[in-house]
Amino acid sequence: MVESSKISTVGGDLNDFTRNEAGEISPTIENFFRYCSERKLMAVRCEQCETIHLPPRPFCSKCYSSNLEWFKLKGKGKLLTYSIVHVPPPQFETIAPYAVGVVKLEEGVNLPGVIKLKDMKNLNIGIELIVDFETLPFESWLGRTRYYFKEP
Amino acid sequence: MQKPLAAIISAGLSKFGRLDGMSLREIFAVAAKEAFDSCPNLNYKEDIKAIFIGHMIESSEHQCHTGPLIGDWVGLPNTPSLRFESACASSGAALRSGVMAIMSGLFDIVMVGGVERLTHLKTSEATEYLSLSADYALEQWNGFTFPALFASMAKAHMHKYRTKEEHFAMVAVKNHSCGAKNPKAHLQKEITLDKVMSSKVIASPLKLYDCSLISDGASCLILTKPELARKFTDSPVYIIGTGQASDTIGIYERDDLTKLNASILAAKQAYKMADISPKEVNLAEVHDCFTVAEILAYEALGFCKPGEGGNMIENQETCLDGCIPVNMSGGLKSKGHPVGATGAAQAYEIFLQLTAQADKRQVSDARIGLSHNIGGTGSTAIVHIYKR
Ligand SMILES: [Zn+2]
Repeated sequence: MVESSKISTVGGDLNDFTRNEAGEISPTIENFFRYCSERKLMAVRCEQCETIHLPPRPFCSKCYSSNLEWFKLKGKGKLLTYSIVHVPPPQFETIAPYAVGVVKLEEGVNLPGVIKLKDMKNLNIGIELIVDFETLPFESWLGRTRYYFKEP
Repeated sequence: MQKPLAAIISAGLSKFGRLDGMSLREIFAVAAKEAFDSCPNLNYKEDIKAIFIGHMIESSEHQCHTGPLIGDWVGLPNTPSLRFESACASSGAALRSGVMAIMSGLFDIVMVGGVERLTHLKTSEATEYLSLSADYALEQWNGFTFPALFASMAKAHMHKYRTKEEHFAMVAVKNHSCGAKNPKAHLQKEITLDKVMSSKVIASPLKLYDCSLISDGASCLILTKPELARKFTDSPVYIIGTGQASDTIGIYERDDLTKLNASILAAKQAYKMADISPKEVNLAEVHDCFTVAEILAYEALGFCKPGEGGNMIENQETCLDGCIPVNMSGGLKSKGHPVGATGAAQAYEIFLQLTAQADKRQVSDARIGLSHNIGGTGSTAIVHIYKR
């Protein structure tokens, strides 16, 4: 049984950012989620070709530059597609049925996530959504804070 | 048409479905025995020089090292063996590697195939294991189930091309009507459009009958050099094209969620190698892990233009008497989907069809066949083209 709660975390304290030799926060997926725990949706931008990587990557997969800089995303976008999950994995049983979707952020990159609306009847391709954060009752190697989408 | 790359001289398939009391190696042995027994000219103990096996979920039996496990149980304990894990495309990958091994000249004869055992698990366990082929960090972690990922592609296709839920349902109806004619299929019964449409929602817009089956099963093929094939059989099937491509691990990274980009690229390679156009294909086995995936496959393989997949099923062009019959075996939808066995099982069906052994589901005058096997959300795509 692959249950997120049973997968041990990597690298000890989830609140400690891992850093490179120059002391900069490394462009890793774990650090992306550490930023989430500070309620910040962060990506990296390639300083050479300006490609945005979300989640971050160790080097730019477009131009292979290692000059990547963290920056804060506005956390606003439009829904590209979605599905309402009626048969959930075990960790999601308490919130099912729930909506998931892929959002195109204003910065031009896509981000998948859970969508929570006051009235799910308003769920449609093209609607505007903003990012918020929540703390989960379980954790994985990604920590226990997750971003999600809601109406502005 | 190109010189063949390799020849299939024999093939075997276990029954697909719930194979209670049988472990991986025993399920594979059933498929291997059929392949051995139907090729009396093959001295398999001496002739088979390598084994390539597709297998995805070792946790189901607490058993890795599938290569030697299988070799041992088919009476070839000292033959070099390898396991391939490419999610649902594992035995498509094994087949392609077998073709490459023959083409390399290193081996004259190899055995390829795949095996999976899933029905002894709880449904929730099996679906959780299957979801491991999708991105963990942003997809699984955010509650995207495997059906939800294909449902997201379905929704995008509906939005862009006005494809209807009924179109997806029509794929299920067709594939069940084919599976009803396949004695090795997991579910051998016809279903109605109404039954599909009124089945339980899994991840909207996909419902229970839009999803393929969780099955046990194994598939086995014996490959040789084209010039040696007639030493072993009067009716070999030649592989004349092979293609493979990849796509991003997460669907969210893709520019267009209405197309299977890796499948488009793999098909282009295979068509070019075979030197044929999509119009020349007489029948195809495509990867219908969900009904929407079959519609996306029509478009990716060039059987119709982008966005016309819904019309294609509505006009019954892919039925037994249509212009390009698709998934006459019943597909993953009705024949079943023992993931590691699926790719080579598609080749098994093409082998039967091109050697006129497909009985009630036989496509008349089938000369050229195609198989399309994808892994995960289409992050792996493998296409093979065959001729008799
Ligand atoms: Zn760059």
